[in-house]
Amino acid sequence: MGLSKIWVYAEADGDKPATSTLELLTKARELGDSVECVFVGANAAALAGALGEHGATKVHAIDNGDVLAGVIGGAALAKLIEADAPDLVLFAQTYDGRDALGRLSVKLDRPALTNGVALLVEGDKPVVGTAIFGGNTLVDTEFEGEKPYLAAIRPKSFAAEPSGGAAAEVVALDAVDAGRAAEAKVLERHVEEREGPKLEEAPVVVSGGRGIGSAEAYEPLVEELAKLLKGASGASRAIVDAGWVPYAKQVGQTGKTVKPKVYLALGISGATQHLVGMKGSDNIIAINKDGEAPIFSVADLGVVGDVHKVVPKLIEALKAHG
Amino acid sequence: MNIAVCVKQIPDPATPGELNPDTHTLKREGKLILDESDSYGVEMALQLAEAAGGGEVTLVSMAPNNEVSGLRTALAMGAAKAVLISDDALQGSDSLSTAKVLAKAVERVGGIDLVLTATESTDGYSGTVPEQIAELLGWPSLTFAKHIEIADGKATIQRQTEAGYDVVEASLPAVVSVTAGVVEPRYPSFKGIMAAKNKPVDEVKVADLGLSAEQVGWAGARQKIVDVRAAPAREAGEKIEDEGDAHEKIVAFLEQLKVI
Repeated sequence: MGLSKIWVYAEADGDKPATSTLELLTKARELGDSVECVFVGANAAALAGALGEHGATKVHAIDNGDVLAGVIGGAALAKLIEADAPDLVLFAQTYDGRDALGRLSVKLDRPALTNGVALLVEGDKPVVGTAIFGGNTLVDTEFEGEKPYLAAIRPKSFAAEPSGGAAAEVVALDAVDAGRAAEAKVLERHVEEREGPKLEEAPVVVSGGRGIGSAEAYEPLVEELAKLLKGASGASRAIVDAGWVPYAKQVGQTGKTVKPKVYLALGISGATQHLVGMKGSDNIIAINKDGEAPIFSVADLGVVGDVHKVVPKLIEALKAHG
Repeated sequence: MNIAVCVKQIPDPATPGELNPDTHTLKREGKLILDESDSYGVEMALQLAEAAGGGEVTLVSMAPNNEVSGLRTALAMGAAKAVLISDDALQGSDSLSTAKVLAKAVERVGGIDLVLTATESTDGYSGTVPEQIAELLGWPSLTFAKHIEIADGKATIQRQTEAGYDVVEASLPAVVSVTAGVVEPRYPSFKGIMAAKNKPVDEVKVADLGLSAEQVGWAGARQKIVDVRAAPAREAGEKIEDEGDAHEKIVAFLEQLKVI
């Protein structure tokens, strides 16, 4: 059994669809007879090819100008749903996805199931799977009440695979009235330079925790090692809370989920909050002074030692390795 | 400037969580503490109110069993008063029900210019409550703030993005969600702790907010937990003590994985 109609709230990464959007489309076409996207932004035409290739037949597009995207997203979805409601609307658990979903759930007075890592259909009801307690417990939740059902799925929950579909048809939407919410205007955009791959897409992730000792140690230990391994740098919640690195680097329950080929945890004890975001990695290497730290329970290679001694030597060895 | 801060009182995250076997909800019977995620909002509110030359910081919290331990921590930091919504009808509440309760509580306080929240709670972390509160109030929301300035009746924030940050502004009243690390929360002073014991906590029920029991709790959540099971465990591998050559083992492992 499947659903007849699923919509995906699409997001862009430059002139391409975000990987999280393609992941949702791949799952949506497995569960639904028809899959369409709703996209907020100026460049829908540039995305239509890839969205179609991953299963979307249509892209309902609206240009938000300088208004915060999720505000227009919520209002546009509500208006579209008034005319023609799908069974299920999927969002990625991202900054803009959460904005749009929160707004829409109030407009429709529908609950939103969030942090999904699995999605299936039982009868005609979608069931959202979440992982709690550091990923040790899996919970399946079924929607009750009226359609459309609203769900947010964590990026990296599904693999993105093209289906070979034709480019999606772009349908431009008229302006929507989002009320006072539309007063939220983007004045400037700052792009921070990033060497190497994105955190969620990197084949190697090097993360630092409280054990690195100070904010100053992050660059020479964590970032340097990530650079040498052509990977991305991440962080535990403890050092994000301490203000050492920005929230965007946080791996874990309230941060990002990563599933790289290799995850290196430097000075991270492995609180459940952190484990849930990285235990899906293919291989885990952990370095920590405390031999009893929970991180070792998931590490393929655990080194009980001081990151300040082991990591500089590792960096030298990798440089010599060439 | 009058600021409301939404704070959650949660079971200590250092102790393992447990589900209630009958309802599959998180066990929240014991002593609750202030969610550390919310300490940033409380600190930010205190600093913004002071910079604005005055105004009151009011806490808004929904918790079982009239729990106030976490609220006392935030009151000890310097918040003036609190509204606590505690009602058996709230059991099973999802993010939307929670937002309905918190938005009504903000209206009950009245005269609020700014609502501050965390980006998500530590225990439930659904991650949509700030936007839902804003939509219910009909206000703009500035989400994922890593820096806030208030001037000329407007809030201007640096909003965390995947690529860096955006500068986003909106006129007040507005809801702003702040990321962890946005400011350094103060530790309550002894004087603050003593003063907190006598600060007013307005204890209210769902009906006092003009909401019906059907709009909140299990009835409002309109969802059913159909299965709870253990996840497949991940096996630990080799564990070695560093004796000055651990880096060689790591290099060998990376070579074996063809990463280098």
